[in-house]
Amino acid sequence: MIREPSALHAAAQILRRDLKLAFRRPGEWLQPVAFFLIVTMLFPLALDPELSRLRQLAPGALWVAALLASILAIEFLFREDGRDGTLEQYALSGHSFAWLLLAKTAAHWLLTGLPLAIAAPLAALGLGAPAAALPGILAALLLGSVSLSLLGAIGAGLTLGIRRGGALLSLLVLPLAIPTLVFGARATQLAIQGDSLAGPLYLLAALGVFGLTLAPLAAAAAVRISLE
Amino acid sequence: MSWAWFHRFASPPYFYSLTLRLAPWLGWPAGLLIVGGLYGGLVLAPPDYQQSDAFRIVYVHAPAAWVSLMSYSLMAFAAAVGLIWRMKVAHAVAAACAPVGASITAVCLVTGMLWGQPMWGTYWAWDPRLVFELVLLFFFLGYMGLRSAIDDVSRADRASAVLAVVGVVNVPIVHFSVTWWNSLHQAPSVMRMQEAAMPASMLVPLLMSFLGFTLYFYAVMLVRARAEVLRRDRGGSWVRDVLAARGKAA
Amino acid sequence: MLEVSGLHVWRGERHVLKGLSVQLAAGQALQLLWPNGAGKTSLLRAIAGLLPVEAGQVRWRGQDTEADPLTFCRDLAYLGHDLALKGDLTAGENLRYSLALRGRVAPADIDAALATVGLTAVQEQLVRRLSAGQQRRVALARLTLWDARLWLLDEPAANLDAAGQALVVAAIEAHAAAGGVAVIATHQPLALSTGVSSLWRSPGEPP
Repeated sequence: MIREPSALHAAAQILRRDLKLAFRRPGEWLQPVAFFLIVTMLFPLALDPELSRLRQLAPGALWVAALLASILAIEFLFREDGRDGTLEQYALSGHSFAWLLLAKTAAHWLLTGLPLAIAAPLAALGLGAPAAALPGILAALLLGSVSLSLLGAIGAGLTLGIRRGGALLSLLVLPLAIPTLVFGARATQLAIQGDSLAGPLYLLAALGVFGLTLAPLAAAAAVRISLE
Repeated sequence: MSWAWFHRFASPPYFYSLTLRLAPWLGWPAGLLIVGGLYGGLVLAPPDYQQSDAFRIVYVHAPAAWVSLMSYSLMAFAAAVGLIWRMKVAHAVAAACAPVGASITAVCLVTGMLWGQPMWGTYWAWDPRLVFELVLLFFFLGYMGLRSAIDDVSRADRASAVLAVVGVVNVPIVHFSVTWWNSLHQAPSVMRMQEAAMPASMLVPLLMSFLGFTLYFYAVMLVRARAEVLRRDRGGSWVRDVLAARGKAA
Repeated sequence: MLEVSGLHVWRGERHVLKGLSVQLAAGQALQLLWPNGAGKTSLLRAIAGLLPVEAGQVRWRGQDTEADPLTFCRDLAYLGHDLALKGDLTAGENLRYSLALRGRVAPADIDAALATVGLTAVQEQLVRRLSAGQQRRVALARLTLWDARLWLLDEPAANLDAAGQALVVAAIEAHAAAGGVAVIATHQPLALSTGVSSLWRSPGEPP
């Protein structure tokens, strides 16, 4: 066996493994997207199907639904790997644990955040958004979902191993996600109005970069404590 | 620099006796300052020319807002110290901060709502400061929820410490986002302190109230921390000595 | 090679390991035969660095393992209660992905290791269709491929039939012969040759 412990190679293998596992069970990662679409569908039914009025509510409806869907999905980020000993092996693999967990979070984002962002323009159409707004909405959700996955990873790490930790997970993560919600909903609103949404998009990107640098460290510390 | 004081402070028996000796020096001034500040503010100070008597709730609301933020910062600081130097006393202080901070945050919210009724004609308006206090309350609740969900004390200490540190990093961002959000929607914001200089008859009771609330927080928090330290070391020999000494005294 | 000195470990309110010390030279295996609840697993996890150590030290090749955990981990193979196998991957895929964390490995080596533990016939089956004993064998194959100098094994013979236990014994003997060190938590002694292995019957009486 050739010794060549490259961090990049290790992360790529984790990514591939998690994607392969997900494709063997497609039902699991399609659920959050379905949940997202159902919740956005509930708004017109509960409120008023008049498109011009829905259009005003669309940013809030989209982002609250996206936030809830990603919380729902993040609960499963570490659960299986924590239960079957995989995370222990990651912790002992000789690579930075935070880096490996970042790879896992990236896989998770590809499986839930990305589909969510792709489904969002569709849901936005149903909420009365004009076609011209769709690229902006897609961009806002792409950036915002990165932050949501990273924040969620911290919460998932902290609640790993707690029985029925789902409600607690939302209590921990939702307050942290408020800036993402505020900037994301604002970007969506500007997109629907046809204005420039560069400002909130930059803020979303800044949140994402900030999260990328710090969240994996916090998540690694949290998972290590939960594994004891 | 000598680290002796640090290690001494980290020892539970020393912390216990120190906080026991400190208690009257915090509790009595806190009580006197709060009574004095409230009397000065609610009775002696002249009514505000715009808000008449409604402004008087500031003597409770503003100190509560200050203490809520201070207690969260202190909690995160203590948690970080506990995490970095594995200092159990610091974890006990962090654990003690949460319930006290949460109740004072609740006081701040309730007084803010009571103030809102005469000013805005409604108990709740989406004022950025009130929203921020509400988020702070959720941070406290999440912290306490996580702590109580983990049976193992040492794991609960460190997991909740990670959360507190993440939270305190997030607090300025939340504050910025809420202020930014508010500037877009132009909600009424009457809770701004008057820009004009306050007459001394208003200002002095306010400062007394601030100091009194702060000391009150430390007094109650340290009682809780002391109980927490005792509870954690209940099998230890120094706890038995302390209890035996108390039994003799009684 | 491995020196544990004055190790104190707490699990919640329980003081599990009270000032434990042990030394192992290259080519030695130590079997922990402590009664249930005496802290076998805690010791393994504390050595691996998964459990925080209240006091004491673990040294590997003369280095404090806490000072540079990543380097220490590259020498370490830990086989816990949970085998870290994915039910939805085949035995071969499981090995490929978990070995990839430690460097590249040739597919032929994986096939050979699976053949050694007698799993060639079920190599392409999903691990969740395998029996508990067969899953142990997959983990055993991974252990031999890991190429680590220090093995920490928690009940490696659980669920294994006589032939499987013989495989575990052979693997540990080969590991020791190559200059490796092993600490094994087990409730019944493995039939290791006496020159290689020492028994430790309770934490109170050192081996």
